[in-house]
Amino acid sequence: MTLSLARLWAVLVKEFIQMRRDKVTFVMMIGLPIMQLIIFGFAINSDPRHLPTLVEMADTGPLTRAVLEGMRTSDYFEFQGVVTSPAAGDRALRDGSANFVVVIPKGFERDVMRGLRPALLLSADASDPSASGAAVAALGGIVDQAVADTLAGPLAQKAASPAPVQVTIHKEYNPEGRTSTNIVPGLLAIIMSMTMVMITAVAIVRESERGTMEALIATPVRPAEVMVGKIAPYILVGYVQTAVFLLAALWVFRVPFLGSWWAFFAGFNLFIVANLALGFLISTLSRNQMQAMQLSFFSLMPSILLSGFMFPFAGMPPWAQAIGSAIPATHFLRLTRKVMLKGAGIADVTQDMAGIAAIMAVIVAAALLRYRQTLD
Amino acid sequence: MSDLAISVRGLTKVFGGRRVVDGFDMDVPKGAIYGFLGPNGSGKTTTIRMMCGLLTPEAGDGTCLGFDILRQSQEIKGRVGYMTQRFSLYEDLTIRENLDFIGRMYRMKDRGARVDRALVDLGLAERAGQLAGSLSGGWKQRLSLAACMLHEPELLMLDEPTAGVDPKARRDFWDEIRRLSARGVTVLVSTHYMDEAVQCDFIAYIAYGRKLISGTPKDIPRLVGLQTWVVEAGEVGTLEAALKADPDVAQVARFGAMLHVSGTDEARLEAVRQRHPGQWQKLDGGLEEAFIWLMSGAQDNFAGPAARGGA
Repeated sequence: MTLSLARLWAVLVKEFIQMRRDKVTFVMMIGLPIMQLIIFGFAINSDPRHLPTLVEMADTGPLTRAVLEGMRTSDYFEFQGVVTSPAAGDRALRDGSANFVVVIPKGFERDVMRGLRPALLLSADASDPSASGAAVAALGGIVDQAVADTLAGPLAQKAASPAPVQVTIHKEYNPEGRTSTNIVPGLLAIIMSMTMVMITAVAIVRESERGTMEALIATPVRPAEVMVGKIAPYILVGYVQTAVFLLAALWVFRVPFLGSWWAFFAGFNLFIVANLALGFLISTLSRNQMQAMQLSFFSLMPSILLSGFMFPFAGMPPWAQAIGSAIPATHFLRLTRKVMLKGAGIADVTQDMAGIAAIMAVIVAAALLRYRQTLD
Repeated sequence: MSDLAISVRGLTKVFGGRRVVDGFDMDVPKGAIYGFLGPNGSGKTTTIRMMCGLLTPEAGDGTCLGFDILRQSQEIKGRVGYMTQRFSLYEDLTIRENLDFIGRMYRMKDRGARVDRALVDLGLAERAGQLAGSLSGGWKQRLSLAACMLHEPELLMLDEPTAGVDPKARRDFWDEIRRLSARGVTVLVSTHYMDEAVQCDFIAYIAYGRKLISGTPKDIPRLVGLQTWVVEAGEVGTLEAALKADPDVAQVARFGAMLHVSGTDEARLEAVRQRHPGQWQKLDGGLEEAFIWLMSGAQDNFAGPAARGGA
């Protein structure tokens, strides 16, 4: 048994040639590390700043201005505007347009002067504890500092302990701050992105890879019959997955389901179809099942990292949010969290549904374009 | 036109800028066995696919069973049985499930009865529950034929149906094809085997997307203008080398201990026989020699732009 370096070299060279010829694998090898570097290096921020905040002002004065200015300069809160009623604030928290609502109570300035220790209320969307946690923790210090600065000079005795302003925090939607409450509803989006896309892509590619597609289209069957017939079974798979998921979420993880079943049902049907369309698109780009698997995996990465599933969406820079908004999972994940944790109804999720539908329209258009080309 | 199963003019297909099929004309009489011959990559499969409406030609037109190949592919598909080069039934379905699926594709009313009959005819009735993928090559071929005959097509298109099948299975396969032909089914079959080519009523020879010649198997050698003699000799190797070096010999092919010596000119072949003594005998037919001659000639003819494109 003698080892030949020349033979070893020949095998090695052959391997490199094959690596270079398989474009999808090549792109995966170069593209995946770059994508991960960019996402983890620049896009992900586990201590998110500039979270959208609304103010409900029932009073105004130097103290109020100082507190709000202190919150703004802390970088945690970014004021989006003023709400005029508690209902408007609740709505903003539920549909996700604001993470926080600060309530300055009536007679706030006067009560501080009188030493009545009024309460400043912060309603926080705590459905994602990691997004709201740091800002909530910082608020007490910010308020104390602002109050101390304002009550300088002749008013200094008012600033003496106990603190002249109480800070009350309402952790909405997930008062215990449990991570599973936030992760589990989001997981449905990820599970479905993973399985639906991959199963569909592989099932369609398998037909052409094994040569059975040629015999199939030689019969009088119509292309639409083939496509719908092949995809429809996986819609059923999506239903089964969702049912299993819901049972586990409700009974094992004790995640509440507060919102409308109709909103959820409409949303997940739309999301299933969007994923099947993506799988179909991937199948038109792949020559074999291996490539279909790789491309499906490639498409899953941003769904996990940029959708707001693992890391707070609000903490990402604008370019990463733009990419994230082009992913169907981002919108479905918001929809599921809103419906399950925030009690949203169909009217609260129309924006998310529109997002999924828009992405789906683009995917379907691209897939049909590719499909026409590959038929001949 | 009613006596023609297929009639096409000027069929042309371009893939990636290359003319895979170029100005192809063909008439196939009803009930005939029409053989398609030509080297690998000569465009046989593409031509077949165009004629049954799976591919749209860039140019040309024609009819298949009286239907326009450009506009009526749906009607054609319902009346044609197409057997692909690769085994294209589902390996992970059973034999019966495969046939049943094909039956549904053609919306047959008496599907169950037809599938049962096909299984009995095939001799696979007892193994109907077996996975199609577990069959041997020869059985897969027969099953494929049964599948594309299930809807009783008027025209069969067989793309190298016997490639990689043992001689016994090949012979059985052709017996079946002749039976079908006798029943009036038109058969278009592509093949590489000469013993299959001679069984055809007509042959078309294709190279680099063009039809070079067509006619009955008897006519082809005459049309090519090639005469072939068989010579036996003790030292076959030496004689072969000597004949190959002879400028009056067009082609020498070795068959065991015999040599098939071909030339285009009778007088020059006569001179060859004088120069190389041995047991010479005139060969009737000489179809295989004619095709080998065509293949080498075609490569020379097309060594220009066409050959550089690959194939």
